[in-house]
Amino acid sequence: MVAIPSKHKSLTLLAGVLIAQLLLLAVQIKRDSRGRLIRVWAISAAYPFERSGAWGFGKVRGVWTHYFALLTTERENEALRIENDALKLTISQLQGRATEAERLGALLSFKQSHEKVPMVGGRVIAASAGTASRTIEIDRGEHDGIKRNMAVITPDGAVGKVIEVYGNTAQVLLLTDKEGGAGAMLLNTRTQGPVGGTGEPLMQMKYVATDEKVAVGEKIVTSGMDRIFPRDIPIGTVVEVKPGNPFKLIRVQPAAKLDRLETVIVLLTQEPVEFKSEAGQGEQTGAANAATPAAQNATPAAAEKP
Amino acid sequence: MNETYELRGGETHIEVHKFFPGAVVLVAAAALVFQAMAPVYFPKLSILDLPLLVTIYFGLSRRNPSTGLLLGMVIGLAQDALSGPTVPLGFYGIGKTVIGYLASSIGARLDTEHPAARFALIFSFFVVHQAVLVLVRRLLLAQPEAWFNLHLAIAAGVNALLGTVLFLGMDRLRRSS
Repeated sequence: MVAIPSKHKSLTLLAGVLIAQLLLLAVQIKRDSRGRLIRVWAISAAYPFERSGAWGFGKVRGVWTHYFALLTTERENEALRIENDALKLTISQLQGRATEAERLGALLSFKQSHEKVPMVGGRVIAASAGTASRTIEIDRGEHDGIKRNMAVITPDGAVGKVIEVYGNTAQVLLLTDKEGGAGAMLLNTRTQGPVGGTGEPLMQMKYVATDEKVAVGEKIVTSGMDRIFPRDIPIGTVVEVKPGNPFKLIRVQPAAKLDRLETVIVLLTQEPVEFKSEAGQGEQTGAANAATPAAQNATPAAAEKP
Repeated sequence: MNETYELRGGETHIEVHKFFPGAVVLVAAAALVFQAMAPVYFPKLSILDLPLLVTIYFGLSRRNPSTGLLLGMVIGLAQDALSGPTVPLGFYGIGKTVIGYLASSIGARLDTEHPAARFALIFSFFVVHQAVLVLVRRLLLAQPEAWFNLHLAIAAGVNALLGTVLFLGMDRLRRSS
């Protein structure tokens, strides 16, 4: 015990008595909505210690957690990595499904908007094994009413024609194959000329006279002269025009995405198909086709090699 | 407590007074009862603070700060208890504890027997007492109250005058040496 000098004893006693009475007052006084004053004082007095204690405890715990208690971290990391990989895979699958749903939606929409045209949708299940040919195999065949030389399209444009039919599958020769092609014409000038594949991503429009005006960016559609494709189905866009003798050298970018086909439509007839995306040109289709019944009776083999 | 003796500090010569047994208790109790009852019949007497005067008197006479502050505390707490539920215990207790301590501390250093000195001291102690009460009201009770006004000045004067007279009568309770 620390001895209190006698001259300070009364002062100490005064302080003690005053503090005791202050506490007595604090116990009795009740502040509005804040409880008794003694409680307010107690909380106010304890707050700095509580706060500093919580801060210190948090720091200590943080140091412990981040620097010492890392025994399970590696396991957690591994588990998280596995989970992350699984999630990435799931996301990828979902994205694929979303894309497929979008594509199927477009296909369905196309079919619904052409209800009167007999057609059947098919999924691409295989492609040509080498670069020498450009063909695909679809999961529709003879049982679905598919026959050789039927036109294969997508909502974007012409794809190719059926070259072999089996019970449940069929092979399709793409327009970009060296042996592929379609009767075509320039959309604006209605200049006709076959479009054929070169074995490369771009196609070539042939037999267009040098004096014909052909502009880069001009659309090319089917002419219907090949007896395979109905008239006015988009084939592609002119990307390069070179003068030649006696014909121009015209390179064409396919309208359909031939390098990433997943679903296609096989037209079971040569009835005209209206492509609304082609800026109203489709409206002419029916009339144009109706005006050329003779053309529809021509042999499909004519389109195999323009 | 039954003797009269002298404090000698340097050149000062101050007498410490003792009182008849029970005198302090009886006087304090009488002051408290009077303070509690008188305003009921004579409202204007509420201006008086007899417990304060008793605290001052015994503080000045006993000249022991410890007993002075304890006596002030007891008288103040008793006054709180008699003042009803609106006055929390410790309100007057704190004020009279401070006054008891100051009175006995000053009484140990100064000769406070002269009526003029007593008047001045009582007036001053009344003001200090009032200041402590206002402080407690403002800080603890959160009740606004004026530090000082004319009414309090008059009350201080009246109490000082009454105290000066009463002290002369209470001097008779001292035991002769």
